[in-house]
Amino acid sequence: MQLTLWTYEGPPHVGAMRVATAMTDVHYVLHAPQGDTYADLLFTMIERLPRRPPVTYTTFQARDLGGDTAELFKDAARQAMARFNPAAMLVGSSCTAELIQDDPGGLAQALQLTIPVVALELPSYQRKENWGASETFYQLCRHLVHKPAAEKPAKARPTCNILGPSALGFRHRDDVKEITQLLNQLGVDVAVVAPLSASVADVQKLAEADFNVVLYPEIGLAAAQWLQRQFDQPYTKTVPLGSHATRDFIAEVCTLTGLPQPAQDPGNAHAHWYAKSVDSTYLTGKRVYIFGDATHVVAAARIASQEMGFEVVGLGSYSREFAREVRDCAKRYGVEALITDDYLEVETQINALQPELILGTQMERHIAKRQGIPCAVISAPVHVQDFPARYAPQMGFEGANVLFDTWVHPLMMGLEEHLIGMFREDFEFHAGAAPSHLGSTRPAAENVAPAVTAPVATPVASPVVVSAAAPAHTDTLTTDSVQKVAAPAQAASNQATWSPEAEKELGKIPFFVRGKARRNTERFAQDLGVATITVETLYDAKAHFSR
Amino acid sequence: MSTVIPIRAETSAASTGCTDVVPLVERGQREVFCGLTGIIWLHRKIQDAFFLVVGSRTCAHLIQSAAGVMIFAEPRFGTAIIDERDLAGLADVHEELDRVVGQLLARRPDIRLLFLVGSCPSEVIKLDLSRAAERQNQIHHPAVRVLNYSGSGIETTFTQGEDACLAAMVPGLPASAPDTAPALMVVGTLADVVEDQMRSLFDRMGLQVSFFPPRNSQAMPAVGPNTRYLLAQPFLADTARALQSRGAAHLPAPFPLGVEGTTSWLQAAATEFGVAPEVFEQATTAPRQRAEKALAVQRQMLQGQRIFFFPDSQLEIPLARFVHRELGMDLVEVGTPYLHRQHMAAELALLPAGTRISEGQDVDLQLDRCIADAPNLVVCGLGLANPLEAQGITTKWAIELVFTPIQGYEQAADLAGLFSRPLKRRLKLAA
Repeated sequence: MQLTLWTYEGPPHVGAMRVATAMTDVHYVLHAPQGDTYADLLFTMIERLPRRPPVTYTTFQARDLGGDTAELFKDAARQAMARFNPAAMLVGSSCTAELIQDDPGGLAQALQLTIPVVALELPSYQRKENWGASETFYQLCRHLVHKPAAEKPAKARPTCNILGPSALGFRHRDDVKEITQLLNQLGVDVAVVAPLSASVADVQKLAEADFNVVLYPEIGLAAAQWLQRQFDQPYTKTVPLGSHATRDFIAEVCTLTGLPQPAQDPGNAHAHWYAKSVDSTYLTGKRVYIFGDATHVVAAARIASQEMGFEVVGLGSYSREFAREVRDCAKRYGVEALITDDYLEVETQINALQPELILGTQMERHIAKRQGIPCAVISAPVHVQDFPARYAPQMGFEGANVLFDTWVHPLMMGLEEHLIGMFREDFEFHAGAAPSHLGSTRPAAENVAPAVTAPVATPVASPVVVSAAAPAHTDTLTTDSVQKVAAPAQAASNQATWSPEAEKELGKIPFFVRGKARRNTERFAQDLGVATITVETLYDAKAHFSR
Repeated sequence: MSTVIPIRAETSAASTGCTDVVPLVERGQREVFCGLTGIIWLHRKIQDAFFLVVGSRTCAHLIQSAAGVMIFAEPRFGTAIIDERDLAGLADVHEELDRVVGQLLARRPDIRLLFLVGSCPSEVIKLDLSRAAERQNQIHHPAVRVLNYSGSGIETTFTQGEDACLAAMVPGLPASAPDTAPALMVVGTLADVVEDQMRSLFDRMGLQVSFFPPRNSQAMPAVGPNTRYLLAQPFLADTARALQSRGAAHLPAPFPLGVEGTTSWLQAAATEFGVAPEVFEQATTAPRQRAEKALAVQRQMLQGQRIFFFPDSQLEIPLARFVHRELGMDLVEVGTPYLHRQHMAAELALLPAGTRISEGQDVDLQLDRCIADAPNLVVCGLGLANPLEAQGITTKWAIELVFTPIQGYEQAADLAGLFSRPLKRRLKLAA
């Protein structure tokens, strides 16, 4: 038994639903108790699908258990067949039905349907969502793919399939579009994209293409490996996430097809230049923590380190199936990979590392929010806002552009916030001052309260006095914002005091780094047990903290 | 199955609305939540309780999908996920549970009441959670009380989870002194703001009232033969039965939705406790008039609109009564997951005769009916809402009716607003 407050992945039958929902003419008959239909709303709400997922649930209840749940399943399958007329049917059990041990595969066979029926064995108490999706797609391929004709017709251009994109996939819609365009420009035609928007007839033709592009190994790799074993169909190993990886991917495709490699990046590849421009210099060495599914984490680590110039201080994944790849990747950055599906462990690690940027899932976003650390989302599970209306791929060159903007944005915001915080301490911009765009029309009375509290909360003007006065005053202050500002001052009172010269010297430091200099110096003084901070201490601290 | 052959008294047929209605009873695929979902609002109500689901990854996934972002505010619910080792033999499941509960309580020393919540997997493997709760009670007594109930999909639908939870608490309620005067209890989770309003209305009538569930497990209301209880929610069949077995008496009334429902509901208590009509008038006139005025605005928008309810929470019949009688909407179909004749009697009498009421669900057939009827507004779950919108049918997602404060006078117009907003939006976007 495992105590869980949050889970990164759903049960494996949700993975099967992602494959069924991605396809156009497959229906999934799921033996499941009343209530398991909740999973429908992941698709209708998070992905905003305008149709119901093609899933029929038996929704058995307690009173059915004494009777014939097997018959219930057969009825549901029969009715689904009549109503939806699919080209293939998936049948299987959810976690509860697994326990009552009806055999959906056998029962469906007894119905003698005229379409292919794929029975899914998804061990709910061992495996999870991504595995379920991978297994479902693999089983579909095994049951459906036709052996290609011995003589392939001569084609003008090489062809490939794109494997892995599914329903509820993080940016799968736009990644497919981006990579299709990229392949087309290289001179490769995309035969079938599967499972996303593929029909049963499309899947049957998978073996006819020259090679496979595996975009999401979590879902597409098992099928690609099987296609290689069965039909000698090679598949790409590089996931084109990031500018470097996209170039590697192009090279790999060109090697597979014998096509010439383009001499340079296309005109829309901006990320590389953006990262080189001087504005990005301050990104150098930013300490970043990365967590998500294996594919996105491994790719993000490479982008962070080689394309953004960050320092990867920790990484991990909830994808146990790809733990080895993630561990290997972590080694390259000299860190230990965290393989876990317990978000509390991730939180603990983030707490210990105190990174300057977190790249993660929806959960890391919330952890980051609580700790006040900038964060960007790089992987599922994600909330509705990460199924955007706009074009937002992660892959290819446009994907690299999107990633640059997405990752830098919270940092810019972070810098902005920092500046505003600093402004608050500046004599011209204290909390009581009227906003400049309002002129001096603000009534004087409104200024009274802030003007009184401002010197207490903002220790710039006379910090020595404040550090003594603050504890007494904070007792009477109630609003959160004021307490937050006052807290450091209170803490500072236990620390070294500033000599007037050092204070004066500190005033010469530009206001937007002054607060940081103050904190660093005080920490340094405390660590060394220095009672009075002198000009010397200030510069010793500066030397100590400069990286 | 309630395919009872109704015995009608011919003379009263015109005045009793839907009292003798024969609902359309359907069995088939049900697009509904299981009772675990009740945890989402129950844990907000009882501030020192923790809800530990004993179930599968699916259960954990359901709760997190339903809870949205709430999960991150150190939630007071979680799942003990059964894994393959637990399935191998029942004996050590109890030890495992000891471990998980120990781990949990060490993490949350502020918890005073722990619910072990049964799920489909735990029911099917016949994990005896009542025994487990007893055992945990012995281990953690007196710091923590441990109770159990089932929120499984095989036994409960959505709001029935609250019923099961409250019913589990009833045997532990303190007994009221035998010779005391009759006392009023309001049963069913109400938003704190609604609870406060109701308390003040009862105050003005000079009535002392207790609310169940309480906001804190240390403040359980007393119950006994002197207890008269009003149901604030329509889905509390088992809780009512449990209270009755402790001697409490039910005050039949419509549910406090809309002006009429709230007035009748308050009146039921006033009558029982002999509140003078002037006192009742004085206490209720101002808020009632205020609510009527606010409703009149909404009525203009909703009058004559045809509404279809899919089954979800058992709130459908009272809501249908409200939208029909106070907003002038026409009822196409009123679906309910479960129809409790006795608790619903006052409501049914107020529905227009001939209303199509359905109990249970075969979702595909019901969708066929819905599309054929082409209603102006459909109340349904989130799994159906967007697909129906895509077909040009305006929807109101049903869950919001459970999470939003809708009871009482002050919320009557807000409740109406929940129905008018999707229609307004459609008009705005079409323009």
